[in-house]
Amino acid sequence: MNEMELKREILEILTTDSTRTSAEIATMLNRSEKDIADLIKRMEQDKTILAYRAVVNRQKVESKKMQCIIEVTCSPQRGVGFDAIAQRIYKFPEVRSLSLISGGFDLLLIVEGDTMKDICFFVAEKLATLDHVKGTSTHFLLKRYKEDGFILEDGDKPQRLAITP
Amino acid sequence: MRDFRAEVIKNIPPSGIRAFFDLVIGMEDVISLGVGEPDFITPWHICEAAIYSVERGATSYTSNLGLLELREKITDYLEKKFAVSYDPKKELIITVGASEAIDLAFRAICNPGDEVIIFEPSYVAYVPIVKLAGGTPVVISMVDGDDIIFDVNKLREHVTDRTKAIFINYPNNPTGKSFSRDELMQIAKVAEEFDLLVVSDEIYGELTYDYSHTAFSSLPGMKDRTILISGFSKAFAMTGWRVGYAAAPNQLIEAMMKIHQYSILCAPIASQVAAIEAINRGDKDMRLMRKDYFKRRNVIVDGFNRLGLPCPHPEGAFYAFPSIKRLPYTSEEFSHALLREENVAVVPGTAFGPGGEGFIRCAYAASLENIQEALKRIESFLKRHGHNK
Repeated sequence: MNEMELKREILEILTTDSTRTSAEIATMLNRSEKDIADLIKRMEQDKTILAYRAVVNRQKVESKKMQCIIEVTCSPQRGVGFDAIAQRIYKFPEVRSLSLISGGFDLLLIVEGDTMKDICFFVAEKLATLDHVKGTSTHFLLKRYKEDGFILEDGDKPQRLAITP
Repeated sequence: MRDFRAEVIKNIPPSGIRAFFDLVIGMEDVISLGVGEPDFITPWHICEAAIYSVERGATSYTSNLGLLELREKITDYLEKKFAVSYDPKKELIITVGASEAIDLAFRAICNPGDEVIIFEPSYVAYVPIVKLAGGTPVVISMVDGDDIIFDVNKLREHVTDRTKAIFINYPNNPTGKSFSRDELMQIAKVAEEFDLLVVSDEIYGELTYDYSHTAFSSLPGMKDRTILISGFSKAFAMTGWRVGYAAAPNQLIEAMMKIHQYSILCAPIASQVAAIEAINRGDKDMRLMRKDYFKRRNVIVDGFNRLGLPCPHPEGAFYAFPSIKRLPYTSEEFSHALLREENVAVVPGTAFGPGGEGFIRCAYAASLENIQEALKRIESFLKRHGHNK
């Protein structure tokens, strides 16, 4: 396994469970703890790993925060394409994520606000009024079923016998 | 009233696993390392393909040999993966799990008194199936102290003029031991020298971690004297679908087919459709599961070795087989005490033959959290009884 493959393996473990220690990862991958700790440190320093966070089912904590997906059409600028307008948009703290996408729209945003009114204000006053933004389409998230690979509803437990041959 | 049971059945003891299962059932908060099946559920696209086929009316019998499309997919897969080619129309039969294929194989080849060499510890069904088929199991123990070792000299010593077949299973349930290509070549040499058939259960072949699995029939000259048995249960997490297969020379497949057509008729059609989907698009799921098992194996083996319970290196499957020989318990006593005091279920090694005494089988088809918790509980058991390393 070369270094890049090892990095991918480590990231796969950490993105599934960020509480795994270097020692545990080292055992899983048959490596020394020091090798793993060093690589993780380097990935933290070069911003490959940006943060360690929990994947939360917000529906269980009665959060009043609202989230929406906003599709944005905009015109690219000579020399910088969509980068300049993207930078302008992602600096707003309401924007949780932003991607350039293919298809009928150019940018896809996930925006969070304390209330629906906050989000409406952000779209109407901040986003839609930017130069080069030609149009927006806002979709409020009503219910989440799956988050980051985790199914949020408590489904039936698979039936497995406790002892089998 | 007479005892209506056949003598052969009366003389076969019930599975040791079943007895242990009866103990565990009804207990709560048990962490089970006793399960011989994946803890993953069948990937959804495979389930969905079967559901869709049922909705479209696929509810009938299939050919006795199984859907031709599935047989073609399997022979393509065997060719691509293991470089061994079979004719899908003549040399392959779809069975109800690999278990049925094993049963068919021995019923098709055994005359009364024919000896079949079986390496132990072995899967619980092997010895009884050979007996039920009228054969005589000749057991060779692979146990060497705390380790599991293949010794070709032992194999040679057990061949007699009544020996008909060698039965191998690799990677192995319950030890996780596999055979390297070199070891397989040694078995092949014996098979050739004494004109023996090899029945090769390779159901865990895809779950090999340290080197590539070699299909026994792919070795030079071995295809004509091998019944290759495998299936979808382990690699694709499809145990409940019951789809297996046997690949062998046409004469043997025809013989197996005679039994299959009268006793089973065919494997369920929806399961066969699911198997087609698995082989077409399940490779990625399988690789992800294998990667997970690899990590869990490393954790559990490291854990047992740290606890001073030496664990023969499992090269495949999802079983660790640590030795408890340094402790003052039999396998059964230890397993019972662990269940009673720590709510951890493991299977006594003796369930897999007398050679398994002094070992326990621990399946790592369990979540990492459960494996780690089970290791903690075993450690606390050892400490409480003064058996620290």
